[in-house]
Amino acid sequence: MWNNIYAWLDERIGLNDLYVNLLDRPEPKTTWWNTLGSASMFLFVMQGLTGIFLTVYYTPSPDHAYDSVQYIMEGVAFGWLIRGIHHWGASLMVLIVFIHMLRVFFTASFKYPRELTWLIGIGLFLTTLGMGFTGYLLPWNQKSFWATTVGTQIAGTVPFLGDFTLKALRGGQDLSALTLQRFFAAHIWMIPGILAALIGVHLFLIIKHGESHFPTKED
Amino acid sequence: MSGSNELSRRDFIKVTTGIIGGFIGAVVGLPAVYYLIDPALQGGGKEAWIPIGKFEDMLLDTPYAFSFTRVQVNGWERTASSFGGYAIRKSDKPEELQILNSRCTHLGCTVNWNEEANAYLCPCHDAKFSKDGKVLDGPPPRELDTYPEHRITADGVIEIFFKEG
Repeated sequence: MWNNIYAWLDERIGLNDLYVNLLDRPEPKTTWWNTLGSASMFLFVMQGLTGIFLTVYYTPSPDHAYDSVQYIMEGVAFGWLIRGIHHWGASLMVLIVFIHMLRVFFTASFKYPRELTWLIGIGLFLTTLGMGFTGYLLPWNQKSFWATTVGTQIAGTVPFLGDFTLKALRGGQDLSALTLQRFFAAHIWMIPGILAALIGVHLFLIIKHGESHFPTKED
Repeated sequence: MSGSNELSRRDFIKVTTGIIGGFIGAVVGLPAVYYLIDPALQGGGKEAWIPIGKFEDMLLDTPYAFSFTRVQVNGWERTASSFGGYAIRKSDKPEELQILNSRCTHLGCTVNWNEEANAYLCPCHDAKFSKDGKVLDGPPPRELDTYPEHRITADGVIEIFFKEG
């Protein structure tokens, strides 16, 4: 019966083609360094899932943000695990994405026809940093409050646009409830949306062009 | 490899990936489910004896109004909820007190004793209950609830047993 169901779906979706092209595609001789993109992707999915779970209890308001995080850590079963994965996964994702970028740079994998993949990859790195920057404020503790004060202040030193940028980031002149709320919106809706879209294009290009082989002496 | 019973290198990788992936999924997935349903698994609320008034102040066959407030901690927030009711003295014996809950059995508004109507009236949907809690008129599905347990202290105060949730 399962074979029939599979055959029915395969005829309509092309499961077998998907499998061959996505998971069974030809690869050049690779090393562990080539797995960092998949690792980044895995971390993105993990951050997405744990993040969704955190919003079940988290409240982005100055009155409750800190208490709700304390509640997740101490009051809810396995809250420490979900938040722990999200917390450490965030640092790990920045690290892995950055090493992935270095690998692509050192193996010259950004060259023709993969320039666009590389450019989108830069976008992915920047949005990952954006996730880190906005997520850091959400626990609303002393460290996150002052880190965001400093971070937005730095953005404020940009010539001409600085004052506008600072106000746009903070939602006003001061760090306030508006800042927390807009950082939350950016952290769970806007930046992840951009990130997911860019990942889609990035993956499409990788599958279209295949992986590059490591340069040899002749290259 | 065909014709051989040995696992091919590819199949070994597939099976290993499946097992490790399943293990990671279970280690994170099961706690995640527990995390979601945790509030539903919390046990019943606290119990307490609440003083509602002196027995000698309760007049024979006259509803004696009382109310009290309980503070509940829900997650990171403290919520104060009000409760109330009427004690109706039937005789000289404190154990024969009838203690009604003033929460309407229809949709939970608070009913008030109305002397003229000789009934408890609910402001929300015109429910009407008799002095001892029977439904006289309106949409309520059953008579008023009672606080089933009460006791009298040494100095004549009536206390009712209250359980949260």
